[in-house]
Amino acid sequence: MLSMSTNNLSYNDQGGSDSAVEVGQETTPTSSSNAGAGFGLFSTNFKKNDDLKEMLESNKDSLKLDAMKRIIALIAKGKNASELFPAVVKNVASKNIELKKLVYVYLVRYAEEQQDLALLSISTFQRALKDPNQLIRASALRVLSSIRVPIIVPIMMLAIKEAASDMSPYVRKTSAHAIQKLYSLDPDQKEHLIEVIDKLLKDKSTLVAGSVVMAFEEVCPDRIDLIHKNYRKLCNLLVDVEEWGQVVIISMLTRYARTQFTSPWREDGLFDENSETAFYESDEKKTENEDEKKSYMMDPDHRLLLRNTKPLLQSRNTAVVVSVAQLYWHLAPKHEVGVITKSLVRLLRSHREVQYIVLQNIATMSIQRKGMFEPYMKSFYVRSTDATHIKSLKLEILTSLANEANISTILREFQTYVKSQDKEFAAGTIQAIGRCATNISEVTDTCLQGLVLLLSNRDETVVAESVVVIKKLLQTQPTQHSDIIKHMAKLFDNIAVPMARASILWLMGEYCERVPQIAPDVLRKVAKSFTSEEDIVKLQTVNLAAKLYLTNSKQTKLLTQYILNLGKYDQNYDIRDRTRFIRQLIVPNEKSGALGKYARRILLAPKPAPVLESTYKDRDRYQLGTLSHTINTKASGYLELSDWPAVAPDQSVRNVEVIEPVKEWAPSLGKTGKSKLSKSSDDKFYSDSGEEEGSGNSSSDDSSSSEESSSEVESDEEKSSSQSSEESDKSSSQSEKSSSESDSEQKKKTTKKPPQKKTVKPTAKDSDSDENGNVAKEACSSSAEETSSGSDSGSDSGSGSGSDADSHSGTEHKKKTKSKAKPKMEVKSTKEVSLLDLDDFTPTPVTRPKMSVLSPSLLGDLEGLSLSNISSTMQVSGPAFVPEKSHDLLHRMTGKGLSAQYQFPRQPCLYQPSMVSVQISLTNTSDRPLEQIHIGDRSPTGLNMHCFNTIECLLPEASVTVSLGIDFNDSTQAANFQLCTKEDQFSVSIQPAVGELFLPITMTEQDFRQEQGKRLGMNESSATITMAAANTTSQPISRQVATVANLGVVPSGQDNIHRFAGKTASTGAVVLVTVELRGESTALITINTEKSVMGPMLLRDLKRALAQA
Amino acid sequence: MIHSLFLVNSSGDIFLEKHWKSVVSRSVCDYFFEAQERASEPENVPPVIPTPHHYLISVLRHRIYFVAVIQSEVPPLFVIEFLHRVVDTFQDYFGVCTEAAIKDNVVVVYELLEEMLDNGFPLATESNILKELIKPPTILRTVVNTITGSTNVGEQLPTGQLSVVPWRRTGVKYTNNEAYFDVVEEIDAIIDKSGSTITAEIQGVIDACVKLTGMPDLTLSFMNPRLLDDVSFHPCVRFKRWEAERILSFIPPDGNFRLLSYHVSCQNLVAIPVYVKHNITFREGSSQGRFELTLGPKQTMGKGLEAVLISSQLPRGVLNTNLNPSQGTYNFDPVTKLLSWDVGKINPQKLPSLKGSMSLQAGASKPDENPTINIQFKIQQSALSG
Repeated sequence: MLSMSTNNLSYNDQGGSDSAVEVGQETTPTSSSNAGAGFGLFSTNFKKNDDLKEMLESNKDSLKLDAMKRIIALIAKGKNASELFPAVVKNVASKNIELKKLVYVYLVRYAEEQQDLALLSISTFQRALKDPNQLIRASALRVLSSIRVPIIVPIMMLAIKEAASDMSPYVRKTSAHAIQKLYSLDPDQKEHLIEVIDKLLKDKSTLVAGSVVMAFEEVCPDRIDLIHKNYRKLCNLLVDVEEWGQVVIISMLTRYARTQFTSPWREDGLFDENSETAFYESDEKKTENEDEKKSYMMDPDHRLLLRNTKPLLQSRNTAVVVSVAQLYWHLAPKHEVGVITKSLVRLLRSHREVQYIVLQNIATMSIQRKGMFEPYMKSFYVRSTDATHIKSLKLEILTSLANEANISTILREFQTYVKSQDKEFAAGTIQAIGRCATNISEVTDTCLQGLVLLLSNRDETVVAESVVVIKKLLQTQPTQHSDIIKHMAKLFDNIAVPMARASILWLMGEYCERVPQIAPDVLRKVAKSFTSEEDIVKLQTVNLAAKLYLTNSKQTKLLTQYILNLGKYDQNYDIRDRTRFIRQLIVPNEKSGALGKYARRILLAPKPAPVLESTYKDRDRYQLGTLSHTINTKASGYLELSDWPAVAPDQSVRNVEVIEPVKEWAPSLGKTGKSKLSKSSDDKFYSDSGEEEGSGNSSSDDSSSSEESSSEVESDEEKSSSQSSEESDKSSSQSEKSSSESDSEQKKKTTKKPPQKKTVKPTAKDSDSDENGNVAKEACSSSAEETSSGSDSGSDSGSGSGSDADSHSGTEHKKKTKSKAKPKMEVKSTKEVSLLDLDDFTPTPVTRPKMSVLSPSLLGDLEGLSLSNISSTMQVSGPAFVPEKSHDLLHRMTGKGLSAQYQFPRQPCLYQPSMVSVQISLTNTSDRPLEQIHIGDRSPTGLNMHCFNTIECLLPEASVTVSLGIDFNDSTQAANFQLCTKEDQFSVSIQPAVGELFLPITMTEQDFRQEQGKRLGMNESSATITMAAANTTSQPISRQVATVANLGVVPSGQDNIHRFAGKTASTGAVVLVTVELRGESTALITINTEKSVMGPMLLRDLKRALAQA
Repeated sequence: MIHSLFLVNSSGDIFLEKHWKSVVSRSVCDYFFEAQERASEPENVPPVIPTPHHYLISVLRHRIYFVAVIQSEVPPLFVIEFLHRVVDTFQDYFGVCTEAAIKDNVVVVYELLEEMLDNGFPLATESNILKELIKPPTILRTVVNTITGSTNVGEQLPTGQLSVVPWRRTGVKYTNNEAYFDVVEEIDAIIDKSGSTITAEIQGVIDACVKLTGMPDLTLSFMNPRLLDDVSFHPCVRFKRWEAERILSFIPPDGNFRLLSYHVSCQNLVAIPVYVKHNITFREGSSQGRFELTLGPKQTMGKGLEAVLISSQLPRGVLNTNLNPSQGTYNFDPVTKLLSWDVGKINPQKLPSLKGSMSLQAGASKPDENPTINIQFKIQQSALSG
């Protein structure tokens, strides 16, 4: 056989090469773009190829290798090297590995074109498939399946089947790859291939998982039934699969979950912001809420998927992160989707192309749920170095994030963008302003003013874009805007952009009755230049003429006739057509009987205003993160994401009868992180899934008490009502967050015991109650460690097992909830930052006299867009520093278990701008739940205060943070009120330091001086102090001042003078602080404010702070 | 998945092609060239371009476009991420990723691409595995190869691919066991013209160079792990341990790798360690403009500012500039209107400044807007996040 083949080869060699060369001669020039040069190159190639052939036929490996390298270089350049096929293919069985690899590369590239010759190499691969070395088997299969020659389909099929049951997981992985190749070569093999896929899906190796799911997606994505049995295994393996496999598996599981589980989204519009606040409030609160929605209970398998994908948000691979994000978006309950935000925002620092895709996905998400990305608004600010498509995406997102609260910040940002040199981007910004204006009615007028100002801009594209946007805006609000229309009529002479001219003409026609004097004049002007106008302008001219004819025929009859005559002989048939139609419609003659009467109603009908919508509005019909989503059309091979089923299909199909995994992974049970490394290839690297599987066994072996109680619990479960399972479901989601944490702490405590793992993984036997079981076990294991007395309480409380489990996980839990409260507050505070400008613009009804605004000579740019009423340069800014110090409000001894602490988060108050916001954290230190915590009577009675909502129930050891708004009326008088629980009332008081009554503002140094000049004499208080040595440089001074008072830093030109500015919360009086360093350690503190009481008080505090060490 | 890959240089020539499935004619790139022509800047070429039968996904690195041809639905980030991984690998192998380097090493490139993808699906992307399969070309090795006739391709088939620790090769031996960690933090800020910070965020990475024998298992604990609340890890890091104890536990790959990257979005404003005083004015009517920049360090905690580079895109109306830097060199490109000033190190005693005049197009009205100024700088031994 072998000798035969070599004979054949040499024979073909002689006969075939000439013809091949000829073919090459014809194809090469056509394939290369520059035909002349291509020919020149080819003729040299022609000679080279001859010596290449000689080299290949020599006996020396090094010569052969050189030849192959040159051939590969030819292929890489896209040159045709197919005439060398016979000479190359002879070397397929070479002993030299590099030579062999290069021959493989060549073979795969040209086998399709030289099918007969390619067959000669097959026997080599067939032999290699039996090789004892797994890597040689794998590479043989890889090349064999890559040769796209239909004749060898049966051979491939056989090889794949054999390899699928190979000992080595690497070979099995290769066979999974081969499945796709064979399928694309011969789709008729589908049935057989599905069998192989089914077999490989059962494979437990992480190496295989990614590849076989890929094959599944390619060959039979609709055979969901193959997944059922492997679902849990795939979820558990996921963390250990290589990153590319993770992407494929996650997207497959997303589709799977959408067909198998019921919707976790409640019907009653979860999109509203209420759910958002519920999310930020404490867990206890949530427990209350969830009682109401008993009807939904998440399938444990559904939960398993969410839980196991969450850590992957921290993958370095951006594709993995986005695929997890889309999984959460499509599958998780609405209040859990928030976890993906941070990771997505992180990706914005990645490569430009990554940013592009991520921003697209965020754009789609942000339309549906503003709240998710609002705290990160600043991350979407445009950088001057961004590419244009990134800029416009960011603009898109900012526009959809805009709401009443943050619009002023966004508009200020837009103001800068309008001036960008990138005109495409500037035009996009103007459209964005238009969209904000229509969406948020409060700022419509302001935006309109700003846009009108832009009409006097020097850049034509900007002007034109503004005209178009103003036209749309006026249409939505066609009230008293005749001023603007008149102004636009004036502009008509100067604007050359056709679209803008057409827009002005249309506006004239539409509102011709409002501007009866001007419209005919505009028509006169355009009639003069009619012949030289663009088509779109001509059409609008005809329209304008017709409308004017109907409303004001006395003045415009002749003009209209003239225009219609011009239009009649226009080159464009559209215009001729329109002219003819209009003439018949409006000019009364005998032929146009019936229609003429309605001409007025036809032409001057009220038109619906255009809706300015995001282009990303309808993108959510595609699954996020997919190619189809990116290009906004259905890509070939796109698999639709199905809707949630109304009723979940039978979930028992996912049960696996024989729990093989436990047996197989049993050896890995006892090992901790350290001992894992040296294990053989089947070990899990770092996921705990292996241990979780067996943890039922291990925990029962180790602690008899937990075994007992777990059995108790099991019997309990049968009795327990649906409510208990409901609750445990919730608490399990909580405990899952803490499980890892408390887990480790347990480990530390019980150093002697092998690690007890929480059974987060459902044990497959009783899937319907396993979530329940988990929690109970968790409770037991922790209680077993704490005290023996506590161990029975977990099981004896029938209905409330869930909540008990919570309380019994004891100290760890407490710590956790406390530490959790912090980050939560941070999130909240950032949200407030974006809300802060509320007060900034609400009292700003645009009171400027309009005509003066319109005189173009006065106007710079879009300055009118700045919205504050104080001065354009003074803006409330975020706090420079937030002290962590909290004060006791209610001690736990006096509060009968309820303890409360308050601190000033230094954020502008959400509820009313004049209030100071106060955060109170309430903790229940007693052993029984406290109910109905609320605020009772207050004194002084006139105290204006925004209370928190009544807290229905605060469980023992739980704490909750609420925020208050108090109007201190710019005095340091304490606010007294009563904090009530169901049984008791406690009088408490909050005494603010004077520094907390301010809000920081930013201003320039000049403004500072100017403002300071207004507040001299009586309004100035100053003192000279000796500074502590540490405080003599700028940074410590800023910090000390910021600690004492909530003031903003004013940039200063001199090194020795530091300036700070703020305003009081209630009355908005400006407070200016100057610290001037004089000499080594003396400093002069000056405070200027009209609040003559607050000045000295602040001075006293500052003196103390700066003088101290 | 990925059908073919074309490498296109900045002048629009395809200088390398590789096909993993049947051959796609290079004429498919015409759609790409069209988009390239439409884009004003090389960066503005859209990353995803649909064509009638294929989809082109491209990334631009080192002024080379890597254009992947896709035939059916696939997450675009999957392809983009992979292409970036390819570039990283080339850089790792050849030191630089330029057209010349790729052309010189075309065989190694081809071998690499062959190993990285099988039928368009990523196969081996870990540099440790690849280096075992194909040894990176070094001068020494080329010399040895020509003398002894040995090859670049590893004789031993890699074992890493088979293990659960695919990123580490087995049998590593060092006489000096050492590990280095570099913490690099970048601050990214937008500052308005009055000098107040609009946004600032910090992006940090920990790069490691580990040369340890055998299969070491390392743990790394932080003084203040709370700072790292938004992190992404190299796959070697055990997620669970991090979540539970805030300790990094990992078996490191051999050699250089990026252990983790983190992102600190600043609630409290960070101190930007540099300030710029500027005075750029254009007068209405005259064809002259004034340009004045002064730089200075601010709150650098005694650390010097190095490698300061300033660039600014001046308005189109500017014909030329006549500026005088007090230190460093400056350069103005009259075609792209890009001004760049390489300042170098800042001496706090003598602040660098750039002063002079700009000549404007005669008759043109004055530009609307003052140009944005980009500043790049380095500070050694200083972590901004604290």
